[in-house]
Amino acid sequence: MEALAALLRRDMRLAVRVGGGALMGVLFFLIVVVMVPFALGPDLALLSRTGPAILWLGALLASLLALDRLFAADHEDGSLDLILMGRAPLELAVAAKALAHWLTTGLPLVIAAPLLGLFLNLAPAAIGAVALTLLVGTPALTCIGLIGAALAVALRRGGLLVPVLVLPLTVPVLIFGVAASNAAVTGPVPFGTPFTVLVALTLASVVLGPFAAAAALRHGLD
Amino acid sequence: MHISASNLTCVRGSREIFRNVNFSLSSGEALVVVGPNGAGKSSLLRIIAGLLRLESGQLELDGGDAELTIPEQAHYLGHQDALKPALSVAENLAFWAGYLGNGAAGGTAALEAVGLAAIRDLPAGYLSAGQRRRLSIARLLAVPRPIWLLDEAAAALDQAAQVRLIELMRTHLAGGGLILAATHAPLGLEAAQELRLGVA
Repeated sequence: MEALAALLRRDMRLAVRVGGGALMGVLFFLIVVVMVPFALGPDLALLSRTGPAILWLGALLASLLALDRLFAADHEDGSLDLILMGRAPLELAVAAKALAHWLTTGLPLVIAAPLLGLFLNLAPAAIGAVALTLLVGTPALTCIGLIGAALAVALRRGGLLVPVLVLPLTVPVLIFGVAASNAAVTGPVPFGTPFTVLVALTLASVVLGPFAAAAALRHGLD
Repeated sequence: MHISASNLTCVRGSREIFRNVNFSLSSGEALVVVGPNGAGKSSLLRIIAGLLRLESGQLELDGGDAELTIPEQAHYLGHQDALKPALSVAENLAFWAGYLGNGAAGGTAALEAVGLAAIRDLPAGYLSAGQRRRLSIARLLAVPRPIWLLDEAAAALDQAAQVRLIELMRTHLAGGGLILAATHAPLGLEAAQELRLGVA
């Protein structure tokens, strides 16, 4: 337990230090959302109708930004070898890294989303719904991304491979996240229906992600 | 505590690196692995550390903690130093002490033993190659583990630090530890077995 706490603390410290990825995700999210009105034009009705989808898409892309480095950095400097030699199960060590990653890159996106919702002329109810669905949905994005990040290390490929692998797998999360946000404002489906599916997707990926990522890391030993 | 290896074979990328390697090592003994570049010295240590797949052969440990595997009781000092440049010297060591040793607190003593106590708050990114290596060695002292796997441990170390490393290795052996070291330069350890790997 102490070992996992040490890993969590180290990863969070690295993310907030100079060169860490914590702030970059939020800045990227901000830029994506600010660019949208320039592309769509100043049509307030259109912006508020597409707002939840834009926020979700921006958060999805921003959460992928730092994923590439999640295991690659540890692999390059030899830390991953020593992590594999620890007494904590690799699955839990991977889960600790995922938690640190979510706390430093996923949670800031959730906190920034209501502010960015104002830019898109969202109603208060829609802002609340988007923030809530992002709070529930971003852990799923992190845990699905975990698998891609571990595979990238195992296959010795970096860069764009992670988004290409991960984005198709996040489609269900995106669909139900946006559907729940829209349902809260416009109906006709009650908010609970898509939201429960989103919760289920998150729970499944939080359980499966660390096991799949640990298996990929073990398999990639060479 | 006793490690015995019989008929170890290592294959990497469909090329056989070595075959039928045998050794046997008890508490207080050191094994020096020598051989030309590409003979498989690093691969042998990585196999023992559980970081490379063993193609065939047996690797057995008698004694020690029966609940733990060989890698969980071993320290691996490889070519890379496993340090984060953004963290300070003390933070880097405290992390590995916490992760590998479940919160063993021998950090300050270990830093003093390798002569880095004065720069404990300096970010590791500013360290020289030799200082980085000394900080890695401090990890072996901060967390007690009986098996040391040292891959060119003396690389980048100055003369005084090399002498210090030999002293630390002697202390470890005297305390009942085991050392497997891959090296080109003679270590100057008395009573060390030698394992010579040829090019396959």
